[in-house]
Amino acid sequence: MTALSDARTSRWAVLTALVTTSVVLTACGSGGGDSGSGAGQPTSGGTLTFAVGSDAGCVDPQQVASNETIYSVRQIVDSLTDQDPKTGTIVPWLAKSWDVSSDATTFTFHLRSDVTFSDGSKLTAQVVKDNFDAVPKLGALGTLAEGYLSGVKSTTVVDPLTVKVTFSQPNAQFLQATSTHSLGIESSASVKRTPQQKCSDGVIGSGPFVLKQYVQNQSITLAKRTGYAWGSSQWSKKGEAYLDKLVFKVVPEAGVRAGSLQSGQVDAISSVGKANEAALKGGQVTLQRRANPGVVFGLGLNNARPALKDTRVRQAIVSAIDRQQIADTVFPTGTRAATSVLAQTTPDYTSLASDLTSDAAKAKALLDLSGWKMGSDGIRTKDGKKLSLTVKWFPNASTNQPALELIQQQLKAVGVEVVLKQLQVTQFAPTLQSGDFDAVWGNVTRADPDILRSSFSTKLANFYHLPASSLDTALSEQAATVDAAKRRQLVTQVQQSLVRNAYYVPVVELQTQLGVAKKVHDVNFDASSRIQLHDTWIG
Amino acid sequence: MRRYVIKRLGQAVGVLWAAYTVSFLVLDYLPGDPVTAMASAGMDSGQVDPQQIAALRHEYGFDKPVLVQYAEYLGRAVRGDFGDSVSTGRPVTSALADALPQTLQLTGAALLLAVVLGGALAVLATYTAQRWLRQLLLSLPPLGVSVPTFWVGLLLVETFSFRLHWFPAFGNDGFKGLVLPALTLAVPTGAQIAQVLAKSLLTALDQAYVETARAKGAGRWRVHLRHALRNAALPALTVVGLLVGQLIAGSVVVETVFSRDGLGRVTAAAVTAQDIPLVQGVVVFGALIFVMTNLVIDLVYPLFDPRLVVASGRKAALA
Repeated sequence: MTALSDARTSRWAVLTALVTTSVVLTACGSGGGDSGSGAGQPTSGGTLTFAVGSDAGCVDPQQVASNETIYSVRQIVDSLTDQDPKTGTIVPWLAKSWDVSSDATTFTFHLRSDVTFSDGSKLTAQVVKDNFDAVPKLGALGTLAEGYLSGVKSTTVVDPLTVKVTFSQPNAQFLQATSTHSLGIESSASVKRTPQQKCSDGVIGSGPFVLKQYVQNQSITLAKRTGYAWGSSQWSKKGEAYLDKLVFKVVPEAGVRAGSLQSGQVDAISSVGKANEAALKGGQVTLQRRANPGVVFGLGLNNARPALKDTRVRQAIVSAIDRQQIADTVFPTGTRAATSVLAQTTPDYTSLASDLTSDAAKAKALLDLSGWKMGSDGIRTKDGKKLSLTVKWFPNASTNQPALELIQQQLKAVGVEVVLKQLQVTQFAPTLQSGDFDAVWGNVTRADPDILRSSFSTKLANFYHLPASSLDTALSEQAATVDAAKRRQLVTQVQQSLVRNAYYVPVVELQTQLGVAKKVHDVNFDASSRIQLHDTWIG
Repeated sequence: MRRYVIKRLGQAVGVLWAAYTVSFLVLDYLPGDPVTAMASAGMDSGQVDPQQIAALRHEYGFDKPVLVQYAEYLGRAVRGDFGDSVSTGRPVTSALADALPQTLQLTGAALLLAVVLGGALAVLATYTAQRWLRQLLLSLPPLGVSVPTFWVGLLLVETFSFRLHWFPAFGNDGFKGLVLPALTLAVPTGAQIAQVLAKSLLTALDQAYVETARAKGAGRWRVHLRHALRNAALPALTVVGLLVGQLIAGSVVVETVFSRDGLGRVTAAAVTAQDIPLVQGVVVFGALIFVMTNLVIDLVYPLFDPRLVVASGRKAALA
């Protein structure tokens, strides 16, 4: 949903750029630094007005999957754990500590005793059980949360402050999952309501802010929770949040968001694209960026297609693509070319940059070797068949089309024809299921390497039709490994196998870019490149 | 008179049914349904289990044959129940009722501005004796019709909000927030009114009764406003009826540019999510407003021209 608004506004981007040129001309001063933190003493109070591009139509953190809405609803709930964005380590939040069984099937959490929800009820093991029992019932309405708990056998109350979650199979990713907004803990009263009621009326959480008002397609207003004293161990301020009030305004037009920030009508904006960067540089605005963890943007190949069954053809495609050129011309400043299947911000990421260099000569040699001969029209053929790939894509980000058009040119240069086929976003899930594609363009955001198992294990959905191999074993083993060093080793092995066999063609990392007024300090990215606003202050 | 109104109401029902049916068929023809739309919405957050999609589809009844779905929806719609929005779970009627006042404010203000500005432009252009000024004024309406609405909107926001800080760039708050969106929406509408009115004013000014009025010693303004304008107003009035539909359609763009809540935003969101019940509600509702406005306009013709008898219908009146 997020991205749709981006696509819708993309055709306006040029005009917006024209219109905002005047702002560039009048703007003075030099470019801003990386973060608005530091200057002066933090002060309490004030209202932060944040313009986002879309509204998911739902204010239940367990159901929302769109970043633009997660920014606000994340502030309402706390999670059992938190994740250090620098190291990826899981740290205490609502749970003081936890034990994981050596086979990664049983997770026992020891809860803090002083936590209350904003309706006055206390956090107990029973409340956590109620949440985890309700989440699987959300089904397709809460795919993220439901996926994290898939294979759950039981959640049991050991004592009033100890809760045990048991899975039927090893599930190492669950610990990281407990740090996400999707498994944010809601009060028992909220859990009992229907998914639709939670969507439209919101939920009661124990978070640093409380939902005050939700006007669909218009705004989400949050107020500081007074007496809040159980913040994540990751946060710098103890106790209540600095800000009194957070107002999230839905402003779909990217140019209007940028102008509103520049003219001081809002304090921060989401989704700053390349077209609006110039208008925001200098003056009173800082651009904040962080790469999204998870699987990078790239071509998800259908490895069962005759031409793509040949490893050399896939490797040729990987070599033919000039990632740096795509990152530099299409994506926001600072976007990094992919150096693995995983983005650099993902825990256990390994740089495989040397396997992902651009080398057209190597690509041509590989194709020659596999018997694809250059035809008179510049497209290679073999046994009378053209080497042609249909890439299906979805307009969920304005960068998709220009990026793919560049890929089309780069592959044409080595004799591979690319046919681009745009589908409605609503066709994404059916397309993957049907397998009716040579390649699809996409990415997946997740701050745990287990996303590789959901995406590429042949024991699961296997949408990319990989052949069964030792890769499956490594993927299953990492899911059963609690030891950090051992898991890292397995995940490294998986990344090497995926990149060297070219089962997936990594292209660029998705980068989240926010525009923040200079007077606003410490708008901090969490490990999933979303934001926490407890430590944020204005001064 | 009564027979005429009954006949027109019958036609209105026919139009509403047609709008309902066509929109249903179009939505059915599109690939996917609201459930696949939902499952694809968070497409950067992983894949959805096909079984869950099937379960949800069954829950909403999208697995039934098309004709059965159509009959069920229509049967409920006739009783005023458009069901619940698939994407938000809210009743469609309450979603529309919430959005309606905002859009009525916007389109009402835009229509008023369009009639006043467009009318004034047409009168001035035809009144002035300066040839160059007339040419200049008459070239404005085609310009107003041809510039894209969203561009006008962005230009106004840039000038009056970002630079001069006179009006807010987004939101539904009060009169100040209404000025720029209403002006944006009024530009193409006013331009069309001006085009039609100027043309019929020029025609009217050539008529014999104008000569007569002049011969009797009426002043230029009196001839222009009292005699020519009154006769020239009827075609413009017909156009206003048609423009109401255009205003509602234009609100989709204007409400998006100015981040206003209203029917336009509801429509855009509903179409994106393939939220069939909500789209159906919007279509029928829009058609209802359109039909009603045109009915009212037909009924007020005699106020402008007492020679017209309503029963003879609009075509006879304009012949």
